[in-house]
Amino acid sequence: MVNARDVVLGRVREALAAAPPRPVEIPRDYRRERGLSDQRRLDMVVDRLTEYGAGVYRCRAEETATTVAAALSDARRIVVPPGLDRSWLAEFSGSVEVDSGEFSVRALDEVDGVLTSSAVTCAETGTVFLDASSDQGRRALTLVPDLHVCVVELSSVVAGIPEAVAELEPTRPITMISGPSATSDIELDRVEGVHGPRTLRVVVRVDR
Amino acid sequence: MSRAFLGLPGPPPRAPRDTGYLRGQRPFPSAAHAALEDSQQRRNLGKATGTIRDKRARMVEEVPDWERLRSAGAAIKADALARLPELLERFESAVTERGGVVHWARDAVEANEIVTRLVADRGADEVLKVKSMATQEIGLNEHLAAEGISAVETDLAELIVQLGGDRPSHILVPAIHRNRAEIRDIFLREMPGVDPDLDDDPRSLAEQARKYLRAKFMDARVAVSGANFGIADTGTLSVVESEGNGRMCLTMPETLVTVMGIEKLVPSFADLEVFLQLLPRSSTGERMNPYTSMWTGVTAGDGPREFHLVLLDNGRSATLADGVGREALRCIRCSACLNVCPVYERTGGKAYGSTYPGPIGAVLTPQLAGMHETRDDPNASLPYASSLCGACYDVCPVKIDIPSLLVELRHQHVERSRYTAEAAMMRAASLAMSSATRFTKAQRASRLGRVLGGSDGRITALPPPFAAWTSARDLPVPPRETFREWWESEQGRAAMARARREAERGEW
Ligand code: SF4
Repeated sequence: MVNARDVVLGRVREALAAAPPRPVEIPRDYRRERGLSDQRRLDMVVDRLTEYGAGVYRCRAEETATTVAAALSDARRIVVPPGLDRSWLAEFSGSVEVDSGEFSVRALDEVDGVLTSSAVTCAETGTVFLDASSDQGRRALTLVPDLHVCVVELSSVVAGIPEAVAELEPTRPITMISGPSATSDIELDRVEGVHGPRTLRVVVRVDR
Repeated sequence: MSRAFLGLPGPPPRAPRDTGYLRGQRPFPSAAHAALEDSQQRRNLGKATGTIRDKRARMVEEVPDWERLRSAGAAIKADALARLPELLERFESAVTERGGVVHWARDAVEANEIVTRLVADRGADEVLKVKSMATQEIGLNEHLAAEGISAVETDLAELIVQLGGDRPSHILVPAIHRNRAEIRDIFLREMPGVDPDLDDDPRSLAEQARKYLRAKFMDARVAVSGANFGIADTGTLSVVESEGNGRMCLTMPETLVTVMGIEKLVPSFADLEVFLQLLPRSSTGERMNPYTSMWTGVTAGDGPREFHLVLLDNGRSATLADGVGREALRCIRCSACLNVCPVYERTGGKAYGSTYPGPIGAVLTPQLAGMHETRDDPNASLPYASSLCGACYDVCPVKIDIPSLLVELRHQHVERSRYTAEAAMMRAASLAMSSATRFTKAQRASRLGRVLGGSDGRITALPPPFAAWTSARDLPVPPRETFREWWESEQGRAAMARARREAERGEW
């Protein structure tokens, strides 16, 4: 018996044979490497994140712990991925649990927030990329709790989407976040906070 | 023309007639007529399309290399289609290497069977769904229901449509035909555990949906998703969304089943750098949509333990077999062409009778599911559901020349429906339109070729042989001055004279 795979592939081959396509040159003359200064990238990413309704905190490396504590001020119990730099939490007065794979999603639903690092950020679109590294954690961790505080290094902020995509390891689970979840499904009125975290706060470290 | 399959067993088959949503109940003009009477819907649609249109224009404006991105996007998709067999095989092995299981479905019937079996084998009687046009196209929810499995739509708009027992009216905002009061009523009537004091503030309605679905996400066993892009080199899949229901469906269940049309492939991961710029700006008019997820097979300790990918043909290879029409397979479903279409703006999506409405629907639906020779096949009326104003081409992020494809389909339809009185008229229209397109190409879709003229949503008398054809129809269309100019031009007169001569000779 012919299987569906061979049938579909056979049809596709016949379809192309019936009207052979011309070979295609892909023009890659769009902007791919933009060397924007630190200040330009910082201004741009802060502007975009603010426009999306995310909280933005700027700090120098030595101010990380106090800034993180401020960003987490309304959370009592948070969860962090196993590889997170714990010194960031030195000033946080609430309780901190480290995600072990055993943390059930219901337990995640009980905590007030999550603190993570990030992989790369695109300034032009205000997009933070998470790649599930040990300082960012598995995907459920940054999805279920209602508050996500995310630390971004200015050195990992790139100008455009092509530069950001080039930094990614494709086979890791990747989540791109541009502001808190939102819907415009009812009369096009924007409502923030549907299923993802309703509050997103980004701590941008301007040096390291 | 490219319909010769010499030495081959015959053209690939179209999507099956009685499974899924690729054909309406009645031809476009009469369906459109009903929609035109619904003034509430017309107002909602007008507001929605106008708002998204403006946002899109602003977002595109600020990108200096937009045209270069469009050219790259069009070329990447054309290249992928030209190399589809090779890319599909590469994609299959990449997904398999990363622990995914790949299934192939010749058509809607087979895809429905595969998904249903996967769900039933896991002992689940409920699946969560994230907005997927492919599963809507194949009528998956209905098939699952017949097998005792309930499919819960998790996108807010889809949920509203589903609870309201309705069909979507827009690709991007499927519930745009419902206002807040109607949505509140639907929730109160249909949502289990709804708060009886629910008010109609969009915030409250969204919160109610969050509560209702959150419990389901926590216990999810199987979710079914679509995919915006599949990356041939790496086996990576991607879902672009706003609400987080996509992330929930892709992360929380034990088993994830993704149904993807074979045309969604792009060759390399780096190609996303183009589409992640083109899609959000064209679609919602945002610099970036709130969430995009990418995953490759399964990842230990993160997300579903099992991943199944169903690769769907369902008329796509038949579409690919047409050297002209295949261009429609480049579509990334952004819905920009809907929002600029003067016909769509007035009739709404349901009049097209298909999962794919608007300009892209008018070219894709008849190709996926075929146009039958009978004069009343609704799909045969779709290529005429356009004034060929060219706005859809101008906004399309992958540069699909929809007006020319419509003309080509009109021509094909006429070729096949010889010997009927209507065919005679359509053929004349088609001939005129072909010349019109050549002319249009020179002038790049100026407002020409409005065969279905009229200025206020009503057909006015046209010169023969159109008169008989148009008088039976009542299509909303923009003014036709420019068509008249063409009509009165030498070229227009020559085309019509030719058409009449052929008619007299009985050649059609
Ligand atoms: S045809 Fe072009 S504009 Fe229309 S939905 Fe598809 S990609 Fe978007």
